[in-house]
Amino acid sequence: MPRMATRTPSADARTGEIVRTNDAAPSSWGLGDGAAIPWEYAPAPESRDVVTLKERYGLFIGGRDVAASDGQTFATINPATEEPLALVARGTPADMDRGVRAARKAFRRSWGSLSGRERAKYLFRIARILQERSREFAVLESMDSGKPIKESRDVDVPLAAAHFWYYAGWADKLEYAFPGRVARPLGVAAQIIPWNFPLLMLAWKIAPALAAGNTVVLKPASTTPLSALLFADVCRQADLPPGVVNIIPGPGEVGMALVTNPDVDKVAFTGSTDIGKRIAKGVAGSNKALTLELGGKAANIVFDDAPLDQAVEGIVNGIYFNQGEVCCAGSRLLAQESIVEPLIEKLKDRLATIRVGDPLDKNTDVGAINSRAQLEKITELVAAGQAEGAEMYQPACDLPARGYFFRPTLFTNVAQSHRIAREEIFGPVLSVLTFRTPDEAVEKANNTPYGLSAGIWTDKGSRILHMVKKMKAGVVWANTFNRFDPTSPFGGYKESGFGREGGMHGLHAYVRLEDR
Amino acid sequence: MAVADRIDVRKTYKLYIGGAFPRSESGRSYVVRAADASPIANACRASRKDLREAVRAARKAADGWADRTAMNRGQVLYRVAELMEGRRDQFVAEVAQAEGLREAKSRELVARAIDRWVWYAGWADKISQVLGSANPVAAPYFNFTIPEPTGVVGLVAPEQSSLLGLVSRLAPPLVAGNAVVVIASETRPLAAITLTEVLATSDVPGGVVNVLTGLKGELVPVMAGHVDVDAIDVWGVPEALRTDVELTAADNVKRLSRRPAGVSDARFDWLDDRATERPEWIAAFLEMKTVWHPIGV
Repeated sequence: MPRMATRTPSADARTGEIVRTNDAAPSSWGLGDGAAIPWEYAPAPESRDVVTLKERYGLFIGGRDVAASDGQTFATINPATEEPLALVARGTPADMDRGVRAARKAFRRSWGSLSGRERAKYLFRIARILQERSREFAVLESMDSGKPIKESRDVDVPLAAAHFWYYAGWADKLEYAFPGRVARPLGVAAQIIPWNFPLLMLAWKIAPALAAGNTVVLKPASTTPLSALLFADVCRQADLPPGVVNIIPGPGEVGMALVTNPDVDKVAFTGSTDIGKRIAKGVAGSNKALTLELGGKAANIVFDDAPLDQAVEGIVNGIYFNQGEVCCAGSRLLAQESIVEPLIEKLKDRLATIRVGDPLDKNTDVGAINSRAQLEKITELVAAGQAEGAEMYQPACDLPARGYFFRPTLFTNVAQSHRIAREEIFGPVLSVLTFRTPDEAVEKANNTPYGLSAGIWTDKGSRILHMVKKMKAGVVWANTFNRFDPTSPFGGYKESGFGREGGMHGLHAYVRLEDR
Repeated sequence: MAVADRIDVRKTYKLYIGGAFPRSESGRSYVVRAADASPIANACRASRKDLREAVRAARKAADGWADRTAMNRGQVLYRVAELMEGRRDQFVAEVAQAEGLREAKSRELVARAIDRWVWYAGWADKISQVLGSANPVAAPYFNFTIPEPTGVVGLVAPEQSSLLGLVSRLAPPLVAGNAVVVIASETRPLAAITLTEVLATSDVPGGVVNVLTGLKGELVPVMAGHVDVDAIDVWGVPEALRTDVELTAADNVKRLSRRPAGVSDARFDWLDDRATERPEWIAAFLEMKTVWHPIGV
């Protein structure tokens, strides 16, 4: 994971007192007073040359590039400039049906009869091609989604390649993943992914599905279809048999048509809890297997003995990584009362150094919000936070004149009943709450219908393990936050969904177990 | 007809909630009939309020049960088998009467129900080693995954197999560390109640298992809509209710443990050990928790 540019003032770790190292510096250094940083970084733009945008992108069905059944297209735009990048075929329910038929045919013929050993080689090929074309993917991803290039370059794309690499090796070893049982593929998997990690979520979905011998129809989010359509090109380069992977962009309603298609055996969805519930209703009464990876409202709990500077980095990474558009974002900071003041002061100092701006600039920490709709949602919730009486802090940073940008935001004096403490904002907005005892921290952390992730910061090992046990959350980061790895299962408790992605556990979602 | 020398003392079949044996708060009952249609007993017809009480009792008991050591949970469930053994004849008579079986067949079913407790009890301290993992992440972090109980599980018991079917579905969520609310077989509920008498005298804490008798059509939708129920085993849900139950259950993202496709409740062979003794059935009521910690000096 990338570290954001680190320029915090040093602190005395024992007292937690901030030692100002900038006595001689002008007050406009922005350390705690929210003023701008005095110097400008020279622009460090990543070259767009590696990406050749097509004017139009079709659907990828049965190995071919095809137009939508009704010929409709939609524009995908660059959220940092609000300029259209390309026209993309807009899938229809009829196209979903075509995709499912292509996937079924591939499952019956080529893919279904292929040995695990051969499937593995295709997946290794895909991993290698993703590595080879990594910069192209990174730049395209940042252009289409608004995420900073250093994140797409150092996180999204390498992790996506690593996912294919990891699951490639499982394809011919399934009997060792399920001892005593025979793992059979389910058939055709319908997969719907969100816009926050477009390529990475594609990899989380497609790699285990293919490793287990399924074929897939994947619908990327309508604001971020381009990396998925470039992935179609990777499938072609890898000579993957036609129909094994089908990619059909389109609006949400078309996704429901995919989910409810009677010839689908398995549905996998990553996205909001609201839509997840609708998807679950869409498969109700059928025999389709279902996994859901939904929203979150993670608590990041900082105890009084935590290494504060490290914690500040973790908190910043937890909520401002990917503009906070992360389902497992540490959006609720739970700070022990005795250290709230120094912690907030350090956080404010750190916020002043965060660089918001052009996603393609290599120095950018926080890029563009993915869409106008999302920006409006963040703006609305932030307004609600102010209206309900929480105290807002934003560093004084210039935002680009065009594009969907939002300042890193911090709320103090937040009550558990406030909307900003209850609802998933999916933006760079941190709500700070406090606690006195570990029991109170547990109660507040778990006081949410969500249960995706949690963070714990303390130097005491036994307390970490106690808190780990008490957290109703699928991923617990202790003295770290927002780490991901293909070998590490990821997924939620409660209304954050069910099933796991990653690791051996991620295979389970794509197999039917039979007796030997 | 001559009066017998001694008149039997008949049993009143009651509900089992929070370790106690209340009647339904509604005061209602319904007639339970033997396989030959002759009336056997009046069972409680639990109300939605009884169901809510049962869920409350389960929630209260859930953490304590989950916090037991795995070995202790295993011993507690093994003890259920020990105590059932002592009541074997009672179960044999009840199952034979309810399911219309010869004694020998009923004896086989009861024996297997006891053995099934033993099989599942043994999993208590092994399942996390089979399902858990230490994950070799590509960075300096210690990373592991462990299973934890889901919480409160609603179990709609198989309709036909009054004892063996129930035990086969009840043991997995229990050994996983969940608290369970059972809606017993509607037509054959008596063995379930006798089982609660075993549970009450074993070491299973009150509230960890709660059993309601009554009409599934009345109780199952309430269970499906209850937001403090985390998962439902829908095995015994009548086909006509299935889609509605799954729709309602989606409102709080309940985990559903379904019958495998093509398996019928009516014809399922509960004596088939391969088909009924499965770690996946335990895993259906477990959540995987992954933990990261940096490695450093």
